[in-house]
Amino acid sequence: MSFTGKRINPKHFHPSQIKFYLILLPIAVFMVMPIIYMFTTAFKPEEELFQFPPSFFVKNPTLDNFQSLFKLMNGSSVPASRYLFNSILVTILTVLISIFLSVSAGYILSKKHFKGQKLIFEINTIALMFVPIAVTIPRFIIVVKLGLIDNFLANILPICAMPIGLFLVKQFIDQIPDALIEAAKIDGAGEFTILFRVICPMVKPAIATIAILAFQSAWGNVEASTYYINDESLKTFAYYLSTFSSSTSSAATQGVAAASALILFAPNLIIFIIMQSNVMDTMAHSGIK
Amino acid sequence: MESKAIEVSSEKKGNFFTRLFKKDNPNKVGTLKSSVFSMLLLLPYLIFFIIFIIVPVATAIGLSFTNYNAMTTPDFVGMTNYINLLTNDDVFMQDIIPNTLKFALICGPVSYFLSFILAWMLAQIPKISRTILSLLIYSPSLTAGVTIQVVWVAIFSGDANGYLNSFLLQLGTISEPIQWLQSSEYLLPIMILVTIWSSMGVGFLAMLSGILNIDSELYEAAYVDGMRTRFQEIRYITLPSMKPQLLFGAVMSVVNTFQAGDIGVQLSGSNPTPNYAGSLIINHIEDYGYIRYEMGYASAISVFLLIMIYVISKIIRKLLSSNED
Repeated sequence: MSFTGKRINPKHFHPSQIKFYLILLPIAVFMVMPIIYMFTTAFKPEEELFQFPPSFFVKNPTLDNFQSLFKLMNGSSVPASRYLFNSILVTILTVLISIFLSVSAGYILSKKHFKGQKLIFEINTIALMFVPIAVTIPRFIIVVKLGLIDNFLANILPICAMPIGLFLVKQFIDQIPDALIEAAKIDGAGEFTILFRVICPMVKPAIATIAILAFQSAWGNVEASTYYINDESLKTFAYYLSTFSSSTSSAATQGVAAASALILFAPNLIIFIIMQSNVMDTMAHSGIK
Repeated sequence: MESKAIEVSSEKKGNFFTRLFKKDNPNKVGTLKSSVFSMLLLLPYLIFFIIFIIVPVATAIGLSFTNYNAMTTPDFVGMTNYINLLTNDDVFMQDIIPNTLKFALICGPVSYFLSFILAWMLAQIPKISRTILSLLIYSPSLTAGVTIQVVWVAIFSGDANGYLNSFLLQLGTISEPIQWLQSSEYLLPIMILVTIWSSMGVGFLAMLSGILNIDSELYEAAYVDGMRTRFQEIRYITLPSMKPQLLFGAVMSVVNTFQAGDIGVQLSGSNPTPNYAGSLIINHIEDYGYIRYEMGYASAISVFLLIMIYVISKIIRKLLSSNED
């Protein structure tokens, strides 16, 4: 068998690809099935939730579950919109701060040379294995000592340093030739210009990936609201939803739980779809070929 | 040991070249300004990193040598917590450790190889269908704790109304509903299934983009040079060309596996899980830390877990660098 044209990233369908579809399609269906269940259940009216045997798809979709979810919310002292506002603010700030931290430190660790640099990156690489839930107790003590209890920033600051973000950016910047930076220097570009005009555009895929990671960790974060914050008006949407769905085994609450799960899930999906096209496009034009 | 030697030599090589480069660098005037700039950009990350990652780990190590109930000042008890953990804690030795090992040794490698194989197959089909299929495969990893709970509890629900039970009842495979999530027999396998389901995350995406970014001329050249099979293609071109993504993917698998430590409690609805069937180290930490308020002992378990993850990380780095040839 000799080389028969481009097979990785092909432009068109070819019968030789059928075998891949035959494997990939069933796996994709298995993966997405529980998610479809979440969508259909969220829109099921009450009688369909209690129906036996349970049907996978919804016959008469309704918004009842969402309405009762928000009715429950309005019953508490803080309106649902406040939790949502908090979550959006927390998420935006976390994403921006972690991108800035990772890109700036990643650039320095990749392209500058100083004592201790190897050591810092080595420690960061070990910290990739860091599992935050293993040290919730000491983290709580630190948040207390910093005076961040019942402070809005307690939602944001503990999750901003992402070893994975720094790792990823550094790996990407390593692939950029030093000569490119030297050339920019010769053209008279200052350090900041090099970072923001030369490096940043080239590591867009990495930035997009950090954005996805930071978004997920901030949007779904319940740790801060559970342990660090007592003031209801400073807690996040994810925390509030988690208080409903912690008692979700009966069919009656299934619909509301699915509706709340869907509200938590959908932004992740949308952000990913936006970022994914960004990642793919940037990959195609990034010139790392 | 061998891999360490390789690492060290490659580091030396890097240093050697950078030193050489520095000597030739005529730009010495800008050095001071440049190092101020470097510190300015590196410090913010370091500050966050030290406060919220290094200090908590150090605190956990410190507390692990004490008796601490969160009210009074911790008193130093030496190695007592560790000795108790390893000799007196029957649950830890008989349930927690075997469960954690089973869970980690299946979830980690399976999710790692699955992400590579799926990414590789996705790279063989045209862009539109690839984008759709990879979105479907990636989407479960977007489900955080609460979502996982809602979806899978309904599927494995113990009454006849649970999706799996009603399906099996209709088929006639079983005559009465099974308490999937309360059974010590099924809980751990279900946890493994759910964790693998949700593990095609960023590591998987990194591998996909890694494969797609490999220069197609490399393949052409290799086929001209006599390469014959797809296996050779993977072995000699694909894998060596995507080292950073492979390492990243491995790291993500390990992290995902240990971060999913709460899954047993989420599915069964109780900590400890029924008969400790699905209890992992993370649950044991919470059991002692937040339920019994034995913070010193809980910290000792945390330290044990961190050491375990560190050892695994060492093994993985060794495996990946021995791959380098």
